Amino acid sequence: MENHNFVTIADLSKEIVLYLLQMAQEFEKHPNREILKGKVVATLFFEPSTRTQLSFQTAANRLGARVIGFSDAKTSSTTKGETLKDTILMVSNYADIIAMRHFIEGAAQYASEVAPIPIINAGDGAHMHPSQCLLDLYSIYKTQGTLENLNIYLVGDLKYGRTVHSLIMAMRHFNPTFHFIAPKELAMPQEYKLYCKENQIKFQEHTAFNEKVIADADILYMTRVQKERFSDLMEYERVKNSYILKNDMLSLAKPNMKILHPLPRVNEIAYDVDANPHAYYIQQAKNGLFAREAIFCYCLGISLEDIKNDKTIIK
Amino acid sequence: MNKKERLVAAIKNGTVIDHIPAEKTYQVVALLELDKLTTPVTIGNYFESKMVGRKGIIKVSDKIFSDEEISRLSVVAPKVVLNIIKDYEVVEKKTVETPDELRGIVKCNNPACITNNEPMETVFTVADKEHGIIKCRYCDKEQDISKVKLC
Repeated sequence: MENHNFVTIADLSKEIVLYLLQMAQEFEKHPNREILKGKVVATLFFEPSTRTQLSFQTAANRLGARVIGFSDAKTSSTTKGETLKDTILMVSNYADIIAMRHFIEGAAQYASEVAPIPIINAGDGAHMHPSQCLLDLYSIYKTQGTLENLNIYLVGDLKYGRTVHSLIMAMRHFNPTFHFIAPKELAMPQEYKLYCKENQIKFQEHTAFNEKVIADADILYMTRVQKERFSDLMEYERVKNSYILKNDMLSLAKPNMKILHPLPRVNEIAYDVDANPHAYYIQQAKNGLFAREAIFCYCLGISLEDIKNDKTIIK
Repeated sequence: MNKKERLVAAIKNGTVIDHIPAEKTYQVVALLELDKLTTPVTIGNYFESKMVGRKGIIKVSDKIFSDEEISRLSVVAPKVVLNIIKDYEVVEKKTVETPDELRGIVKCNNPACITNNEPMETVFTVADKEHGIIKCRYCDKEQDISKVKLC
């Protein structure tokens, strides 16, 4: 199998998405291996993101690779005026694969064009965060047993939330019905509604968030409503408590319904929900490890067959 | 055509670019890099035109533009006509085809896009030819071709 970049999930075929999920499933069975022994993974975080970086580093370490990198652009030569291209080419001399986070949109795509080694996009500004999307898909697949024909409710900041945008694109192969629940200021942008129409994705919009609205949900995907996103602070004060999920709102929920959240949460999911069997956001983050192990192997040309027949599993 | 009507001198061989909206004439000059040519170039502007109100006209001697060069004009003046002249006669009329991809011609409107933060070439795909919508290869932002700036 050839090497790949993992820059966006929007362009991946249904077959590749399912293939990656099967890989993740294998890693969940046996997360500790030495299949990447002898490889050096670079995690270049031009913008701090502790959680994503730890997840990538853990995935690399659990597969036997060694990890180099930085966690803040201040500690790289970027502060001396080095171009991204030069940084990427320099690191390509040392590492076998790069997972990079950058605050500039399109940085990962550009890096993948100049680098002789595979590039994984660990988030590029407000643009894409495909590894988060893959772990979301894996969480949905694992909890529902399928990705087909699901009712997915997206709640909160649908305007700036890149995870919800990526999820819409990645789910286009699976005949979902989306429900967008957001205050007017943070409603789903027109371009994504157009995307849904062009791809025959069904959707409904709501401004109310209550137990009746979410009664049909298979997946309830919560996001943070951030104060700094509002131009009108009065509007923020008015809606800030309207998009908080509380335990008593789950009485009508379907038995299979799971609550996801890309984390970190602030107050959009009340703490009394944590003990509810519908809560899934902490396990969801754990799935990030398996998804990222799959991404490393896919990018380094290791096939599902190789993973199934792996002799390096540590039991 | 009598002398009074003749706007600018005829050329023997080359290209006459006609029906340029007057405010776009010098952008066409820049896009075709006419300042670098060493053959005679005549630039006329603000002539009356039934088609575009006020128009520019550029006559370039001894130069035939490639399709790639012509496609660059789609950004600023998609309706121009290029008359290919041989021995004072128009032998061919070319119109501008919007290409599928624009490389290094226009800037991305998104200040947070990598193309505005790194010394590199911009690349746009044409998302909707009819409405002139182009999409940045890097940040994926769709933009109106009439609202982007030239590189």
